[in-house]
Amino acid sequence: MNNKGRSFYLIPYYLWIALFVIAPVFLVIYYSLFDLDGHLTLDNYVNFFTPVYLKMTLTSFWYAFLITIFSLLVAYPAAYLLTRTKHKQLWLLLIILPTWINLLLKTYAFIGIFGTFGPINNLFDVLGIGEQQILFTGFSFVFVSVYIFIPFMILPIFSALEELNLSLLDAARDLGASGWTTFRRVVFPLTISGVRSGCMAVFIPALSLFMITRLIAGSRVITLGTAIEQHFLVTQDWGMGSTVAVFLIAIMALFMILWGGARKGVQR
Amino acid sequence: MRKRNGFSNLYLVLVFAVLYAPIVYLMYYSFNSGGTMHKFEGFTLEYYREVVQDSRLIIIVINTLVIALLSSAIATVIATIGALAIHRVRSRRAKNSLLSLNNVLIVSPDVIIGASFLILFTIVGIKLGFMSVLLSHVAFSIPIAVLMILPHLQEMSPTLTDAARDLGASRRDVLTKVILPIIKPGIFSGFFMALTYSLDDFAVTFFVTGNGYSTLSVEIYSRARQGVSLSINALSTLIFLFTILLVVGYYFLTTRKNRTATPVTEPVAEAGVPR
Repeated sequence: MNNKGRSFYLIPYYLWIALFVIAPVFLVIYYSLFDLDGHLTLDNYVNFFTPVYLKMTLTSFWYAFLITIFSLLVAYPAAYLLTRTKHKQLWLLLIILPTWINLLLKTYAFIGIFGTFGPINNLFDVLGIGEQQILFTGFSFVFVSVYIFIPFMILPIFSALEELNLSLLDAARDLGASGWTTFRRVVFPLTISGVRSGCMAVFIPALSLFMITRLIAGSRVITLGTAIEQHFLVTQDWGMGSTVAVFLIAIMALFMILWGGARKGVQR
Repeated sequence: MRKRNGFSNLYLVLVFAVLYAPIVYLMYYSFNSGGTMHKFEGFTLEYYREVVQDSRLIIIVINTLVIALLSSAIATVIATIGALAIHRVRSRRAKNSLLSLNNVLIVSPDVIIGASFLILFTIVGIKLGFMSVLLSHVAFSIPIAVLMILPHLQEMSPTLTDAARDLGASRRDVLTKVILPIIKPGIFSGFFMALTYSLDDFAVTFFVTGNGYSTLSVEIYSRARQGVSLSINALSTLIFLFTILLVVGYYFLTTRKNRTATPVTEPVAEAGVPR
């Protein structure tokens, strides 16, 4: 093909890849090698392996894990039931609609709902439990995050369930499988791809949340995301912030590779 | 069977109730003359008047819209080029790696995108403000727009371009008279996705915005950190209505443009990452 000279119009796209995809990763790695005074050191990495940061990493993972599991537990049945309704597309649109509203606004709503005089505490009062501190706890953080992420979990599972061949269910029933066995041996294995992409779509952002953490959990929950934000925008220690970012990138890359490998194994 | 139906309906109703409760809650208290988000005292439109009269807020809204429209327009143009570039690549391996590079920004967390862009702009010497926000919005909207355009290119039969070439069309004519009209629906939805990404973004903007320049979500964040103020409620009600208008408009646009194509849901599921 003689299109060598004519492909110059592709330049903007490749320029974008070079400048905004590849360069930032190297810049983050580069910055992680400098301390506050601009000296080239590995101190940041040494720092990262102190209990403070290791504990933070563990907390981040633990919360991201909880958020993913709870989203899955709520979303799977919902997606399953959605495929059985009439007017599926309309219901699906109604699931998507809240995701179009800025997540800050939704988070902000929970400040009121979970507040000391909010409806949840009123309910507690009526039930006789008495007022509780709900805001600024781990629970409220997980709840709000699950709330935010649920649509992103429902959508991939829904499309996986849609592709499921219904005659398989009939076959399973004809062969004497109970409802639970059918689900465990037929439905779930066949929709695992949807579950997997849903978990991906929830876990990675959950690992690096910082605005929900700040607004809902206060200083109770410190995740890798808050640490990065803190270092970059508050303490101006870009070196340490970059180090945390490098670890986050590495962890994510690892997950994606493991995930991709597992997917290939399933599809064969 | 019937019994299970009742139970499952209840579950769905519950899910929808929880999904919409906070939004309704926000909107309900935007009319509260009591000034708090827990005790409804009386109906008032005062907070709406406050929003409309707040000239700083109006400027921020205009900023947000300008950034959204401008960045998605630029992003769509580059994404169209990108989709063509990916489509041209013959080897499967090269195509896949190009696609992975394309998707990096979709899967990476906002905090990292924001932090790395902040470093980039500082090194290159771009002043934080309008320019840096615009550039980063363009940058993170490109991949999703590419993903919306690419399927249309792949569906296009290669015989069409061959025929055009045989009939003597120049390369430029093939592009503007054959390819672009065919992938037009994809370009439209790419633009739209870019628009929603831009309007919805908070974290990346928060990193690269600097002092003095602000978009709506950054402004909401800084106000919400100071506690409850009902003008945020009024503002979110207005935003919600605007969003519904956009969704309905988009829905009609796409269903009219291509009835057979897969509806809105697919790309959103693909995109996955909330911004």
